[in-house]
Amino acid sequence: MRKLTIGLEVHVQLKTRSKMFCSCPVEFKAEPNTLVCPVCLGLPGALPVLNRQAVEFTIAVALALHCEIQPCSQFHRKNYFYPDLPKGYQISQYDLPFSRNGYLMIETEAGEKKIGIQRVHMEEDTAKMIHGESISRTLGLGYSLVDFNRSGVPLLEIVSNPDISSPQEASLYLMELRSILRTLGVSSANMEEGALRCDVNISLDGGTRTEIKNLNSFHSVRKALEYEAKRQEEVLDRGEKMIQETRHYDERAGVTISMRAKEEAEDYRYFPEPDLVPLKVHPAWIEKVKSRMPELPEEKCQRYKSLGLFPAEAATIANNPELAAFFDSCLSLNAPGKEVANWLLSEVLKFLNSRNLSIADVPLTPEKLVEFLNLMKEGTISSKIGKTLIEEMLATGEEARAIIVRKGLAQISDPELIKKWAQEVLAQNPEQVKEYQQGKEQVFGFFVGKIMKLSGGKANPEVLNRILRELLSSS
Amino acid sequence: MIFRPAFEILREIRERKISSSELVRATLGWAHSVEEKLHAFLTLEDEGALRRAEEIDRRLSKGEEMGPLAGLPVAVKDNICTKGVRTTCGSRILENFLPPYNATVVEKLEKAGAVIIGKTNCDEFAMGSSTENSAFLKTANPWDLRRVPGGSSGGSAASVSAYQAHLSLGSDTGGSVRQPASFCGLFGIKPTYGRVSRYGLVAFASSLDQIGAFARNVRDLALITEVISGHDPKDSTSLPEPVPFYSRELEVPPDRLRVGVPWDLLQEGLDSEVKEAFYKALKVLENSGFPIEEVSLPHASYGLPTYYLIAPAEASANLARYDGIRFGLRAGDKKDLISLYKETRGQGFGAEVKRRIMLGTFALSLGYRDAFYVKAQKVRTLIREDFERALRKVDLIALPTAPTLPFQMGEKVQDPLSMYMSDLYTIPISLAGLPAISVPTALEKGLPVGMQIVGPVLSESLIFRVSYLFEQKSGMHDLKPPILEDYCA
Repeated sequence: MRKLTIGLEVHVQLKTRSKMFCSCPVEFKAEPNTLVCPVCLGLPGALPVLNRQAVEFTIAVALALHCEIQPCSQFHRKNYFYPDLPKGYQISQYDLPFSRNGYLMIETEAGEKKIGIQRVHMEEDTAKMIHGESISRTLGLGYSLVDFNRSGVPLLEIVSNPDISSPQEASLYLMELRSILRTLGVSSANMEEGALRCDVNISLDGGTRTEIKNLNSFHSVRKALEYEAKRQEEVLDRGEKMIQETRHYDERAGVTISMRAKEEAEDYRYFPEPDLVPLKVHPAWIEKVKSRMPELPEEKCQRYKSLGLFPAEAATIANNPELAAFFDSCLSLNAPGKEVANWLLSEVLKFLNSRNLSIADVPLTPEKLVEFLNLMKEGTISSKIGKTLIEEMLATGEEARAIIVRKGLAQISDPELIKKWAQEVLAQNPEQVKEYQQGKEQVFGFFVGKIMKLSGGKANPEVLNRILRELLSSS
Repeated sequence: MIFRPAFEILREIRERKISSSELVRATLGWAHSVEEKLHAFLTLEDEGALRRAEEIDRRLSKGEEMGPLAGLPVAVKDNICTKGVRTTCGSRILENFLPPYNATVVEKLEKAGAVIIGKTNCDEFAMGSSTENSAFLKTANPWDLRRVPGGSSGGSAASVSAYQAHLSLGSDTGGSVRQPASFCGLFGIKPTYGRVSRYGLVAFASSLDQIGAFARNVRDLALITEVISGHDPKDSTSLPEPVPFYSRELEVPPDRLRVGVPWDLLQEGLDSEVKEAFYKALKVLENSGFPIEEVSLPHASYGLPTYYLIAPAEASANLARYDGIRFGLRAGDKKDLISLYKETRGQGFGAEVKRRIMLGTFALSLGYRDAFYVKAQKVRTLIREDFERALRKVDLIALPTAPTLPFQMGEKVQDPLSMYMSDLYTIPISLAGLPAISVPTALEKGLPVGMQIVGPVLSESLIFRVSYLFEQKSGMHDLKPPILEDYCA
């Protein structure tokens, strides 16, 4: 088995109010070329002015990824010609990026794994090209349209270290990243809409790597990596040499195709953007952004574990923002975390998953769940009845107490009544009583079952157990 | 009235002794007649200017409070964007470009009540020192029509010199305001880098470009400079400091100032007439009580090669947007993208622009970047430090503006290196980002000669006062070039 080395370069569109360097709104469903101005059209004489909100979003992401934010970073011009690039250069960052040296934790089957983050930097998006049907190139019947609404939308480039060792881990990394971006509220992070785009680097046994560009779904990322790993393995098995190149993933055919070799790689002639001053980020600014940041999935997970949840339980809740919010509301009502988690992750999730719903879609509120848990604690209902009760609450939103009254589900804890039922059962089953007294402990359960049946399932199990034991030891 | 200083005319317009309409009509009439020999303008906006003058007269008659330039004809270099008015940068590639917005300086001029009468000729994308690189016209020097007016803001200089406009805007990247001011007998300022917004100035070399102005006397120059200066939120490199009223401080006599002269720099390449004029000018300063001291700028002699790496590097990126896709010229048979780019840029750009794009592209290329671009940036820092050090020792630095008298048309156009030498004394100051005013000091062989007065960052007020003092002592202001006689006769 050869060792797989994968690194990811992710581009994230930030959902700031306005574009990176001008005041045009950031919006994705507007009529083409309606959200444009001299700056994002690259008209002669126009100049960029950095968007403060974009910087704050970047600070938040850099902090969430444990990166070192550089006190002074620099924008550079990346020069190349293409119709989607109005100025003929992209304002990006080069050797002085916004932040470096971070990491992100993923939860693999083998346990937690740290994936290093090389850098998080800012740049501007290009315009969007729409290619018309090309019947014949030589006859000039093809055409391309350019929509500059996207030109100048703020982008983050997040580059991982080559710490990822399977397509599965790449997927986990992307999902974790998406969850962070969504929790921070800085991006829709929707891959299908292009708000999150991914390039991958992959090599075998530390050999020559290839790059696969513009993967636009989680599925594509995994499939492309699986295909490329297999292809590289076959190349090496044949005793051939890998070529350093950029490849394209053909989604329909499920294969990667060579785009260009390293020798053909462009020289972007980076140099510092003279229209912008170096970006200085004062520690006080970082603190301000930090103080406004929501709790991140990773931090949530730690907090939940400290409440006694198992790591898997904690992670499941922490990575589902809606479930986590629900869970936290329950905690703020002083409910015991472990019990809330037990119900959420069993009955509640079962109900939601079977109907493909989220916790926000059902009428169950944290208050109602906490009341339900209190009724259990008081012994008004048994956990057996609890299961049917919670399903009803999820479906109708009715309060637990109301259902109990309506259906007469309240648990019976009256010792006299339970003693009467127990005596009745023992009287009817002398054989089993004898067996118990001879040391056959299992028969105890048999009696419990019979008494429960007699009570219509409402006998308080604790009281029942105590009384039954008393009766058996005295008879 | 077109021959009187702007500050006087402005007072009379405010007092409604004369109207802006009269003034603008007279100015345009004169401008058109001189234009057949001078070719200072690429566009004269007669209709728009007259409409605007009438509007200003109307508002003045209603007693409205108007700005400091109310009703005054002003010319603007054709690399500064004017909304709906053709802005060519002297290039075929922008021959029919109508900007959809105004440059910040144009907004400021209009708010001050100025009447923009037209757009002036310049070297293509401000690259040149003679205005001969314009794709459209060759502008003559009003002092000798066979000679160049300097460049790249040659049209702006020639028009003010020949009284076609009272004031004009130019842009100065390596000397493009100061050198033509010297050649045309005008006062020309290149303010501190960042003092005037570059928003709407079509970029040549962004870290050096600075809008400046021309006038025939210091007071007029101070008036327009205080109007166009100031912080602009649209230009990240513009400075936040408030702008003093330069024109009101002119008469405050400067203290006993020490004037530094970098004699080392003046050993080679300086014409004897220019040297002679410079000595005489220094005498004037000395007689005004300013001690002259020697200063050393050891790296300034590397200014020219440094500039010709940094400026073309930035230009190679700034001019990448002229690709035939969104505006301007589109050439080629449109069969494929590469030929569209090649044809458009091949036909659209002139030889000097192509030369600098290639030079800049090369200087930034992988494998050459460190040896050229990066090294040039380091030298630029050394030059800046030289000036900082010198300006701790003295208050001002004085230098000739151009090393030669105005040269003949065609004399240097085939020899780029000798053309580049014309900015020998202006370039180091640009690299250091310092403010400088070129003041006319003498006529030698009937041709004007200028001297630069250079101060520390944001010392505009000081260099205006020194220029004013010099002007008063020398009487070298509101000069009348021979072209006036041709027409007045």
